[in-house]
Amino acid sequence: MNSWFKSGSPWVWLSAGGVSISLISVLGLLWLIASRGLSYFWPADIYQFETVNEKGQAVTVIGEIYDRESLPTKQLSHLDLGLDPTKETIERILVKTGNRELVNLDFRWLLMPLINKTTMPEDIVVVERRTNGNFYGFIEGIILDGQPAGLEKMADLLERVDDFQDEMDELQKVDIGAINYQIERLRLKKRKHKLDETLTVEREQEIDGEVARYNADYQVLEKQLMAIRDKVSRDQLVVRAMGGEVIKINFEEILKVTYNNKLSIFGRSAVFIQQIGSFLIDDPREANTEGGVFPAIFGTVLMVLLMTVIVSPMGVIAAIYLHEYAGKNALTKLLRIAVINLAGVPSIVYGVFGLGFFVYMVGGSLDQLFYAETLPSPTFGTPGVMWSAITLAILTLPVVIVSTEEGLSRIPSAMRHGSLALGATKAETLWRIILPIASPAIMTGIILAIARAAGEVAPLMLVGVVKMAPNLPLDGNFPYLHLDRKFMHLGFHIYDVGFQSPNVEAARPLVFATAFLLVTIIVSLNMTAVTIRNRLREKYRMLEH
Amino acid sequence: MAIALKSTGPRQLKNTLAQWLITVGGISVLFTLVLIFLYLLYVIKPIFESATIEPVGQFEISTAAPTLSAGVDELKEVAFQITEQGDINFYQLVKSAAHEKSTLVLNESLLSEDKTLVNVVNSGVEKKLLIDSDGEIQLIAAKFFSNFDSGTREIIPSVAYPLGEESLAVDESGELLTQLSFSMNDEKAVFVAFTQDQRLIKTSLLAEDDFTYDSAYETLYQEIDFPADHVNEILVTPDMRLAFVRSDDQIFVFDLTNEDIVELKATIIPSLEQTSTKPQHITAMALLSGSSSILLGSSAGKVTQWFEVATDNGRQFKNVRTFNVSDTEAVTQIHTEQFRKSFYTLTTSGNMGVFYTTSEADLWRGQLTTTEPNVFAISPRADGLVVIDENQLKIFSVENEHPEVTWSALWEEVWYEGYPEPEYIWQSTSGSDDFEGKFSLVPISFGTMKAAMYAMLFAVPIALSAAIYTAYFMTPGMRRKVKPTIELMEALPTVILGFLAGLWLAPIIENYLPAIAMLLIMLPLSVFVTAFAWHKLPKEMKNTIPETWAPIILVPVLLIAGGSAFLLSPFFESLFFGGDVRQYITNDLGIDFDQRNSLVVGLAMGFAVIPTIFSMAEDAIFSVPKHLTSGSLALGATQWQTLAKVVLLTASPGIFSAVMMGLGRAVGETMIVLMATGNTPILDWSIFQGMRTLAANIAVEMPESEVGSSHYRILFLAAFVLFVFTFIFNTFAELIRQRLREKYSSL
Repeated sequence: MNSWFKSGSPWVWLSAGGVSISLISVLGLLWLIASRGLSYFWPADIYQFETVNEKGQAVTVIGEIYDRESLPTKQLSHLDLGLDPTKETIERILVKTGNRELVNLDFRWLLMPLINKTTMPEDIVVVERRTNGNFYGFIEGIILDGQPAGLEKMADLLERVDDFQDEMDELQKVDIGAINYQIERLRLKKRKHKLDETLTVEREQEIDGEVARYNADYQVLEKQLMAIRDKVSRDQLVVRAMGGEVIKINFEEILKVTYNNKLSIFGRSAVFIQQIGSFLIDDPREANTEGGVFPAIFGTVLMVLLMTVIVSPMGVIAAIYLHEYAGKNALTKLLRIAVINLAGVPSIVYGVFGLGFFVYMVGGSLDQLFYAETLPSPTFGTPGVMWSAITLAILTLPVVIVSTEEGLSRIPSAMRHGSLALGATKAETLWRIILPIASPAIMTGIILAIARAAGEVAPLMLVGVVKMAPNLPLDGNFPYLHLDRKFMHLGFHIYDVGFQSPNVEAARPLVFATAFLLVTIIVSLNMTAVTIRNRLREKYRMLEH
Repeated sequence: MAIALKSTGPRQLKNTLAQWLITVGGISVLFTLVLIFLYLLYVIKPIFESATIEPVGQFEISTAAPTLSAGVDELKEVAFQITEQGDINFYQLVKSAAHEKSTLVLNESLLSEDKTLVNVVNSGVEKKLLIDSDGEIQLIAAKFFSNFDSGTREIIPSVAYPLGEESLAVDESGELLTQLSFSMNDEKAVFVAFTQDQRLIKTSLLAEDDFTYDSAYETLYQEIDFPADHVNEILVTPDMRLAFVRSDDQIFVFDLTNEDIVELKATIIPSLEQTSTKPQHITAMALLSGSSSILLGSSAGKVTQWFEVATDNGRQFKNVRTFNVSDTEAVTQIHTEQFRKSFYTLTTSGNMGVFYTTSEADLWRGQLTTTEPNVFAISPRADGLVVIDENQLKIFSVENEHPEVTWSALWEEVWYEGYPEPEYIWQSTSGSDDFEGKFSLVPISFGTMKAAMYAMLFAVPIALSAAIYTAYFMTPGMRRKVKPTIELMEALPTVILGFLAGLWLAPIIENYLPAIAMLLIMLPLSVFVTAFAWHKLPKEMKNTIPETWAPIILVPVLLIAGGSAFLLSPFFESLFFGGDVRQYITNDLGIDFDQRNSLVVGLAMGFAVIPTIFSMAEDAIFSVPKHLTSGSLALGATQWQTLAKVVLLTASPGIFSAVMMGLGRAVGETMIVLMATGNTPILDWSIFQGMRTLAANIAVEMPESEVGSSHYRILFLAAFVLFVFTFIFNTFAELIRQRLREKYSSL
């Protein structure tokens, strides 16, 4: 034993334990996010529990099991529930009961020993709704235009409502949105002429005339919208909740009706894939706690693309300077320290700098020069997608520099010398020989920068991200790309929904799903980058020999 | 030849252009870093600047009668004086469309012909209380309206009478008054006065409706029991709660809240140093904005601040701080700002000082006039002064944006009004208007250190042991897989780590606290047991399962050990902690327990810094030249001895720089601390409580801070502190690494 300790073997094992813990934590974390995130889409079993409430009355609870935990019996000993005191722990389950219009809390803890009977009736339905969350219960019937109708009509009615909703969305967001946008532009045009003192009577009449035309168009569209609204609220679904209450849900509220317990494994898979699809392409509902994350995905992608456009040339040029042009002097040393520091400065500091310098100073000046007519409401003097992209470009600059420089340093110097010996200038050598060979390394750097930017939240909270953006930064109104608009971001969505929403418990699965999406994007970006880099290293190794 | 030249020309030009472009691009990286540094400094700089006061104009005023009071409008365009004759004269200060500079804009007589004014008492920004030779008083308010009729702005002055145009008698018996103070709001007006026949009286006017619309009121006369026979000064607080009555060197504090009887609440007797041959006296008194503090000026040139402090014997007035205004002259006048805790002092020779109480800032000293000015007024926005000195009306502009911030107020204990003792407090906003921002960077810097320390406690042992094993003991094949996997963790967005810490880990830790403690023992123990078991294995088995598989063998072992710790947790909880650890900690140990505490932050942020430390430390150990280890092993040292005595020693600077980099990352991390702590700025090392860090504080407060305010600039200062902090760490770590690289290449 003593000699075993002297050999140092236990310490070797202990250090191996460090590796194991790191591996467990990385893989465990990924597994946790994946399992929790994906289970959000999987149609859950719906249970019917027969239990007793605090007053000892028998009640029926319908819902899905959300969480379970065991707790020491002593923590509940002050309640007179008739629990078995000899048992150390008690298991309890958290049941999501939905039906927000009937109960105050759509979650309920049930103690396992108090549940008398658990069943999974096949005819329980989950009604996914636009407001008030899910409804769990039994279908009693359908009212079609005031008359009772058969259940077989349901699919048609749902489709009908869905079509109307699409039509209404189109009218509201695209057509009416465009009119509002144009009217606002005309107002600003008029104001600009007034400020420049070039507002002639003819001009004013012309602008007013256009506004009047748009207003007339608006009236027509609004009438159309009203007509559809009347049609859409025609039919109702009659359902019975767990307490026996019978309520009518208007079809315009309903997104989907599923018999979770009836579904086969294939049926469930179909629902699963469908749910993932709608998560990716739908707009959020109910203060972001339900629905999809499309605007967040869109905002993240757009911001990251803009950032890439800025950071790629800057980073590549800086790396080329450092590796090909800079001499071995104090300036180069300083530059390298600057690169390391840019990588090490906390991201929130970039946010503060971006807010002060870009938003208030540069943006404020731009507003005074070019957007005087909208003042005092700022155009670029307020956080927006452009400032976010620029701020993150500075933040990810070192990533591109380091990666590109590594690629450059692996190119054998014989290739440079060969090109120069054949009479090419340094610039030509760079452009024709070095850059094409280094392009995978540059690509790696850009991908890593994108991965970094996609996950960064702290600086964005200051320079442009919002919880709910009414308009996407890209739409059908000229000039199509609105760089001054605020945007939604996946990372911020996680923070906001997980920590700022009124019903954190209900929103938690959605946060896990969003986290899974973000992790998937970032991990796959990183893996791609690492694969490209490794392949590149192999290639260079071959070049050297 | 000519053709060749033609083609080289543009090619060379392109080459030169490219070189220029790339050089500029390269140096712009350095420029960016310097720009960030300088911009942060540029925003911070104003908070450390003292005040500047500059004359902006002066002119002769025509009236012969002495001036008793003066004032100016908010925009500093029209000033007024009130003369002994009872005239109010408004003067244009800047040229406008209607008036030339320094012309008399409006003149109004406030008194009937035969009376003169004895004194004018200021109350609030605009109200002036006139006391005439008959002992009657009248309240006026100078009002200013902006008029935009002719396209330019014109300030139109007027005089309003909030209590009606009739003069009124404060004393029921109509005696002349020697001292008077006054305060009012919409419903009530209170006068406290000392009469010529040596009575201290309180007179209240109770509005029938509201003074803003209707000046009708009821009068209530009261006499106050007063021990002294003369009074030098009286002050009534704007909230009409207290009256301070000075009789020589004693200040009597009366409670005015009780309508039926006015009681003596306290007596302040300042201790005056009687060292010199000249006896020392109190020479001036003023109320500080917020009406809880009183300032006393002495003939020794000192100003002391007093407010009520909760002591063992109840609330008492205490001398909280002292300002040294002058060494030779007495403080004759103290003027306080309406909305901030700044005050202006004047001495007999006209020397003026500007101070701020809370931050103890000595902002400005100088002389505006050659003698003590008769009349001195602060503009409503505290950005200007009006001084009338021998018929000269002088206007000064005051630049004093951030008096509440000083280096000492940020980093030292500050005694705020109403607090029993000096404390470090960060409390930037509150619901009420007269709230004083408390900006001590100590609690949030402390929080930053605390979070970083707990994270490092967790991360350093795991990261370094993993790095040692991966670099030195692991087979190359396994290393190629393990290293990128652990480094993948660095790419995980911190917002996800923070979210898991706050919503998933924190409840688990709260429920299974004993398990966390047990993990500390069970994990190493299970490793040792496994190692010993492997050691005792027969030779053949050892060959089939080599020692290099240790990390893989240990994965299930550690999982089982961890799992059993969690399974046993409720059992331990009932056995040792009465079934509820949380209650045990709060009730039996008396330690506050937050769900989102340092333990959660330490674990979550530890995960975030493990890959940083691991990756760099592993590189440092791996690149130790092989001939060093081979030499050691050849001389008969064991693997472990070689590692401890040769490899780690050689790589130690690299390991150190890895830890520094990790620390730099932990200090600046925002999202994890934001989501996994309660963000309360407290000074407490307790592992069961949260903290607020510099970074999280910026993220929380920056979006709602007003641009250009002291709060905004202090948040920039917090960012600057973070910047400098990480700059030092990173630069230091990078320099160490560069030296190490040179050393290795020379070996």
